Amino acid sequence: MRRLSITRREALTDLWLAGPATLVMVLFIFLPVAIVAVLSFTDYQFGAPSFAWIGLENYSKLFGSTLGRRAISNTLIYVAIVIPVSVGLGLAVALGLHRMMAWAPWLSQLLRTIYFLPVAATLVAMSVAWQMVLHPSLGVVNQTLAALGGTPQDWLSDRGLVLYTLAAIGIWQAVGYNMVLFLAGLVAIPPELYDAAEVDGAGHGWSRFWTVTWPMLGPTTLFVMVVTATNAFRVFETVATLTRGGPAFASDTLVYALYREGFIYFKAGYASAITMVFFAFLLILTLAQFRIVEKKVHYR
Amino acid sequence: MTRSPVLELRGLSRRYGQTTVLNDIDVTIPEGSFTALLGASGCGKSTTLRIMAGLDRPSEGEVLLSGKDVSQKTTHQRNIAMVFQSYALYPHLTVFQNMALPLTMRHLSSLGRMPFVGAVAPGSSKARNLIAEKVGAAAEVLGLTDLLHRKPSSLSGGQKQRVALGRAMVRDPVLFLLDEPLSNLDARLRVKMRAELVALHRRTGRPFVYVTHDQSEAMAMADQIVVMIGGKVAQAGAPRDLYDRPASRDVATFIGHNAINLFQPADGMPGLHPAADEAVIGLRPEHLSPAATGALEANLETAEYLGSEIILALRSERGTEIRAIAPGDYAIPAPGSPVRLGFEPTRLHLFDEQTGKRLEVAS
Repeated sequence: MRRLSITRREALTDLWLAGPATLVMVLFIFLPVAIVAVLSFTDYQFGAPSFAWIGLENYSKLFGSTLGRRAISNTLIYVAIVIPVSVGLGLAVALGLHRMMAWAPWLSQLLRTIYFLPVAATLVAMSVAWQMVLHPSLGVVNQTLAALGGTPQDWLSDRGLVLYTLAAIGIWQAVGYNMVLFLAGLVAIPPELYDAAEVDGAGHGWSRFWTVTWPMLGPTTLFVMVVTATNAFRVFETVATLTRGGPAFASDTLVYALYREGFIYFKAGYASAITMVFFAFLLILTLAQFRIVEKKVHYR
Repeated sequence: MTRSPVLELRGLSRRYGQTTVLNDIDVTIPEGSFTALLGASGCGKSTTLRIMAGLDRPSEGEVLLSGKDVSQKTTHQRNIAMVFQSYALYPHLTVFQNMALPLTMRHLSSLGRMPFVGAVAPGSSKARNLIAEKVGAAAEVLGLTDLLHRKPSSLSGGQKQRVALGRAMVRDPVLFLLDEPLSNLDARLRVKMRAELVALHRRTGRPFVYVTHDQSEAMAMADQIVVMIGGKVAQAGAPRDLYDRPASRDVATFIGHNAINLFQPADGMPGLHPAADEAVIGLRPEHLSPAATGALEANLETAEYLGSEIILALRSERGTEIRAIAPGDYAIPAPGSPVRLGFEPTRLHLFDEQTGKRLEVAS
């Protein structure tokens, strides 16, 4: 038997290790995406025996119709609120809990668990709880508001308010996860850097934060932003369970529209077009974040 | 010559919970001195340095800077510079920005430090020119001029070391603290940096406090060595004092390139000293060499030829290990053959068998 050369054998090992996963990826992710891309140029309906090529008609429908534009703008507004607020809050909570570790470790641990609960809980189940909390007459929020002398609001059925209510729930869910990531980032900062900052006169308050903490959290922040952005773009559960995109499409989002068109009206072609737009948004956002932030994050 | 102390630690103790890290130590750092805090790891030398810097607070005792108590002041207020073992450079800042940071914190308002607004903040351009001038001068001294726009990640260990020194130098501190600054460098570079540090010390004229576990580093650079053992100052003095008159057995063991020979009374070495049967006798290998009329006799076990000298390992009749050093041209006899060894009686050290304290030799 002829023995293979070492390089050949190593190459074979590499293929063995990476090959199966790559194959599955191609079969179950890239191929379906390609099919979806193709379908987005047709008028195909689920179950129909044939379809016709209609070019960019699905896309012009999405960008041209009030409904399509509403779904896009709603999603963008939602993302624009959830990313900065949940990243900022996550960082603030992480900083607080990290400092608390020094004087009340048990309290810090407890609070960390509490903040993390929304991440661990199923959002669909949590939505039921939110529905109770936000109930116009019985909900805790409105009762508290009334007790404090404010005007109760229809949180989930006011057209001007519903998107922001959903964004608040999105933030509530994301803060815990972001906090855990930031905490890990904080622990990894070498303590000598804080000592050095102290020696250099940047050891207190904001100067300490801007000199050491924030720059050293750069890679963590990039990761947190990408994850938060992806999750925010995919907002679906809360919309589906709490509002169904209503009232009057005031809380319609891209993924919910895609679900409605595809799985309720069976308009596969149109749903595919929405999917492609969704992909494009996600890709642009992630690329932009990497391009802009990556350079400033790894300090080469 | 009496030099006024820049920094004094008086009756200093530091406890973490139940553990006592520093136990009632007194250290004086005179004007213009180069002090080495020498000790094995865990002896409290780094804690001492951190307390000097103000990064840690003593449990008891006083820290006096130029005679004034500074225990409530931050490091920056004390105007003390510190160089860290890991260099602790800010990875997101360039070499220039790293070195300039202590100055920007001092000379620019928080508005003036901001990225874009800073340029128009009142008085900031004058301060910026001053900072650029000082950093440029320090970079020149340290040979960093061409690296000012690089980030720390693209520098070698020696270059990072220089940047850390530069950051300490730019603001003309009253005292430099160095925490094992050379331990991350390779052997050749370490010797080179030693000389550079000594030159820098001369140039600045400021007192340096240098923490190290390497006795040869301490001996080579310092004019005062504080030997710390188990959270206490075992002995403080000039390198020559420590070598010639170690205050205890432990100090004698710690100081010196070659490990000192310690003969217990039980070892039965009567030829050494009249007190040999009641005290521990210390004799450095470099003071014990083959001599035809020597007072000691032992059998040769191994010989290490080092060119300039030969390190001999011998064993006495009663089985005690003895190390001696012969000159490089010494004809090495066959292993197992007896060798007579001679020594200067003034080079003997006597230590109390129980306490390990030095006993004065009456010879």
